[in-house]
Amino acid sequence: MNREEVRHLKLSGLEPLIITPDSNFTNVGERTNVAGSRKFLRLVKEEKFDEALAIARDQVEGGAQIIDINMDDGLIDGKEAMVRFLNLIAAEPDICRVPIMIDSSKWEIIEAGLQVVQGKCVVNSISLKEGEEKFIWEATQVKRYGAAVIVMAFDEVGQADNYQRRIEIAERSYRVLVDKVGFKAEDIIFDLNIFPVATGMEEHRRNAIDFIEATRWVRKNLPHVSVSGGVSNVSFSFRGNNTVREAMHSVFLYYAIQAGMNIGIVNPTMLEVYDDIPKDLLEHIEDVILDRRDDATERLLDFSETVKGKVKDPEKVLEWRTLSLQERITHSLVKGIDAFIVEDVEEARKSVEKPLHVIEGHLMTGMNVVGDLFGSGKMFLPQVVKSARVMKKAVAYLNPYIEAEKGEKQQALGKVLMATVKGDVHDIGKNIVSVVLGCNNYEIVDMGVMVPPEKIIETAIKENVDIIGLSGLITPSLDEMVYLAKEMERENFSVPLLIGGATTSKAHTAVKIDTQYKNAVVHVNDASRAVTVVGDLLNKKTTNLYVAKLKKDYDEFREKFLKRGKTKSYVSIDQARKRKFKIDWNTSEIVKPKQLGIQTIQEFDIRKLEEYIDWSPFFRSWDLHGKYPSILTDEVVGEQATELFADAQTLLQRVFDEKLLRAKAIFGLFPANSINDDDIEIYNEDGALKDTFITLRQQLKKREGVPSFALADFVAPKDSNKQDYMGCFCVSTGFGTKELAEAFEADNDDYNSIMIKALADRLAEAFAEYLHKEVRTRHWGYAKEESLTNLELIKEEYKGIRPAPGYPACPDHLEKETIWKLLEVEETIGVQLTDSLAMWPAASVSGYYLGNKEAKYFGLGKIKEDQLKDYAKRRNIDEAEARKWLNPNLAE
Amino acid sequence: MGNIREEIKKRILILDGAMGTMLQQYDFSEEDFRGERFKDYPTSLQGNNDLLTLTQPEAIAEIHKKYFQAGADIIETNTFSGTTIAMADYDMEDLVYELNYESAKIAKRVAEEFTKENPEKPRFVAGSIGPTNRTASMSPDVNDPGFRAVSFDELRIAYKLQVEALLDGGVDVLLVETVFDTLNAKAALFAIEEVKEERKLDVPIMLSGTITDASGRTLSGQTAEAFLISVSHIPLLSVGFNCALGANLLQPHLEAIASKTDFAISAHPNAGLPNAFGEYDESAEEMADQIEEYLKKDLINIIGGCCGTTPEHISAIVELSAKYSPRKINADVL
Repeated sequence: MNREEVRHLKLSGLEPLIITPDSNFTNVGERTNVAGSRKFLRLVKEEKFDEALAIARDQVEGGAQIIDINMDDGLIDGKEAMVRFLNLIAAEPDICRVPIMIDSSKWEIIEAGLQVVQGKCVVNSISLKEGEEKFIWEATQVKRYGAAVIVMAFDEVGQADNYQRRIEIAERSYRVLVDKVGFKAEDIIFDLNIFPVATGMEEHRRNAIDFIEATRWVRKNLPHVSVSGGVSNVSFSFRGNNTVREAMHSVFLYYAIQAGMNIGIVNPTMLEVYDDIPKDLLEHIEDVILDRRDDATERLLDFSETVKGKVKDPEKVLEWRTLSLQERITHSLVKGIDAFIVEDVEEARKSVEKPLHVIEGHLMTGMNVVGDLFGSGKMFLPQVVKSARVMKKAVAYLNPYIEAEKGEKQQALGKVLMATVKGDVHDIGKNIVSVVLGCNNYEIVDMGVMVPPEKIIETAIKENVDIIGLSGLITPSLDEMVYLAKEMERENFSVPLLIGGATTSKAHTAVKIDTQYKNAVVHVNDASRAVTVVGDLLNKKTTNLYVAKLKKDYDEFREKFLKRGKTKSYVSIDQARKRKFKIDWNTSEIVKPKQLGIQTIQEFDIRKLEEYIDWSPFFRSWDLHGKYPSILTDEVVGEQATELFADAQTLLQRVFDEKLLRAKAIFGLFPANSINDDDIEIYNEDGALKDTFITLRQQLKKREGVPSFALADFVAPKDSNKQDYMGCFCVSTGFGTKELAEAFEADNDDYNSIMIKALADRLAEAFAEYLHKEVRTRHWGYAKEESLTNLELIKEEYKGIRPAPGYPACPDHLEKETIWKLLEVEETIGVQLTDSLAMWPAASVSGYYLGNKEAKYFGLGKIKEDQLKDYAKRRNIDEAEARKWLNPNLAE
Repeated sequence: MGNIREEIKKRILILDGAMGTMLQQYDFSEEDFRGERFKDYPTSLQGNNDLLTLTQPEAIAEIHKKYFQAGADIIETNTFSGTTIAMADYDMEDLVYELNYESAKIAKRVAEEFTKENPEKPRFVAGSIGPTNRTASMSPDVNDPGFRAVSFDELRIAYKLQVEALLDGGVDVLLVETVFDTLNAKAALFAIEEVKEERKLDVPIMLSGTITDASGRTLSGQTAEAFLISVSHIPLLSVGFNCALGANLLQPHLEAIASKTDFAISAHPNAGLPNAFGEYDESAEEMADQIEEYLKKDLINIIGGCCGTTPEHISAIVELSAKYSPRKINADVL
């Protein structure tokens, strides 16, 4: 098994890159180089690393097999920037799947880079420039770090600029590396210096041909090595004339690759296809590259004037309008274009006997294509919702004709009742599922939000529905769903029950809901699954089998889940309190808020919130997964994400320009102290007790030395005799959402109806972020010096926290009642609490402000009975009620 | 004494099984872990298995003996967590040299007894070098992907101390194992190369990665082949995989590298996957049946067991391996 004959250059990122003679040409991405890209330099200087990462991702997606990273610039700390950027790249699997080329003229930057990359890199570069001793030392280090190396044709005398010097330096370098360092020959890549031609200087005439010939010699005489170079140099004298430059690069590569150049730094957009170069231009360029004529340069210069700046690509946008009627309708549905649908449907109507046939024929044919594409993952949710919008418009146009004929109604595949449960106001997910089912020919009975269980039961019976779908976002909704399942069982229902929404889970469905109802219960948290699940449930032939399988699946899942639950162990609440997070209140800095008391913002220009928006959750609400902004260039969903984002921007600008949404906020900052470990007393400015916040403490058993957190730990205890402070707030950007959404729905535009709610949610979060910043830097003022970018805000890099009741650090929704009382939220800005303590309008955020610099977010996890009992006492409610509110957080 | 570079050409070498699984059977209490010497130590010490080398040395020697009796050629020192980084959990950074040195001594003493008894079958000691509990190329903080809890240099220095102590204690081979982050492994290799150069010695190195799930990648995201390429710059005695998966699930990853390297191939899989209670319940026979597939395909030079394996498993593997010849390796690389 001697593999001597197959010694290839092998590199790795997360995936291998093996350069063999069959590899043709390995392209190195060069845009992540501060010396070569002004944009990249600016982004690094401004520390906009997210955008800098997007450039790296573009390179990889554009086909770069290695990415060159260079941070050599006088105005940045190259070592720090290199390490930071490489660390960030390591967290992006779609970038770091390719090997990294660490590019610097400074050894310390190269070494810092080698220390943070797990894959086999390429060092760019080392040379004999400063003598053999340094060369040997650096090569030894490179070898020990496990990297390949680019060796520049450079020695103590200078850079090789002719054929003879190139091969001399290459041979000497090779012998030193292989014989003295023990470097593997296949890990050596020579950069033989590509210099410009056609400069007008006599001594530059042979620059290209000497490189090509030296390459041929090196590949023949120095076994196993590779040859590389930066190609754009060669055309340097034709800056501004891309037609000539692109052709020059192509011609140069054509000959250099034949001679054995197998790696290179080439901008793929600056490359013409060799065969597409016009014959006359080709001849002039070959004369220059190959130095075939004395007057080659002058002739190319003259000729180049005639080929400056050609324009490409004539417009051909509306070609699809010439297709057949069915193809045009299908195109409109698939692409979600509503501009022509009415005229096409009218044409279709005239061509058939009954208007209903257009729906059953033309439109369903098109929607089937949409369904197939969606089912096979080639279309994404926002597209399907857009398709549904076109479908609805078409049907709305046809309806008067159908009614005029008094013809039979179109037969739906089934009737689905959809509702957001009592006490809950969140309906984005529910609406998306409704739309997707609707456009798959199911009739939807949408009962809206905050629907009481008796109404659901009543409507289900009256409308004789085939399926009931329940949605909810806040934790109390989980109990509402359990209750409804019980009621369905009591009423002897047989229809399947679908469960969805952000807090729902397969585990909760299997353990708590499925056990209450003997018929089918399915957790569907993904609109794309809804269609197949409903299809399987309603298919008369297979439904029994499917339901039996479902029940068994949930049974097994439940059993597995319950088993796993038992292995967790907890500590008593007393022990947990002993292990609380201890801040040294003698030294911890306490800043007195500059403005104590309650303040209100009644009218706010929401345009200011644009820069605070965290877009990633917006895409998630449309089932597009990935982080903004990289999601816009994502290989799978990038195109859809970009389109969705553009639509969102359009609506957002309208919202700004026409002031369609109103934002309000209220917040208060108060003297406060924690008491009895877990409670926080709020005082007025005279020190009189106003109210008490009740916090919950982690009880899951942790490693020795790891504290059991409660929010009260972040406020100085009363017996410390230090006066501390805390705040609370409520913001809303939801005023106007309902009216807008209804207007869109009336216009058969579910797409924008869902969009406006998703945007309002984002704006509310942005408002909370904005207000928190204002509080930190001005009203409380403990972080006056802070200057964070939006990204840093999203990553929560600020000092102090703003946890929200109902979320992991304080799952107790009842705390909202205390906030409402303290701030008089409803009376002042009109945000209400529902029975389940959801906020209305839905696009609202409320929470506490905790300013200590050691305050951090945590998840409460599960708590035990002892804390529940203690909590009920502190809150002064009976145990049953406490159990009801904290149910999702009680350990089994 | 025998030379492992010679022995590996002759037959399939057997590595021992799990140390932790065997120690569990002793059911040591906090007091047992502390022993007399650490009875007043300020931190909790139960679970610090490496410490048992100092407080329960007879138990460690006994486990080594059981594996040799089962037919193992190579046993691993009880030093999986023997770096200043991993020992920081117990405030025991200062004990790292002693832990490694004594562990190597105990293992070497037992190995020499067995070699003396039967010189035809020389026994070897591999100094176990674990991955530490930190990763150099991943952030432990999801909100800050650029953060690193440990640097290459911190790892290199920690590994260097461990390597020096293991060599002073007399190990025959160094085994960098359970590599879930290739960058950690590269720091270990870097440290080993430094020691080799300083001491002018050529100790054989075994390197074993861990594929954490069915996707076929290491925890740090590399494919099996990318991992192989990233660690092939140092001459290794063997490269392979251990832990995380049972023998059958490990096979495709061994196949992925076996055809692409001149180094010997090693594997020490778990006794299947853990059940719902986190226990390994695959029997010796079940495991041996799966390993036979490796041998039939000529994939293996060194084979042993990781989590959940016992002398019984090793004994079954020994019996099986005797029937097969080792994978052919390129003599030049040894």
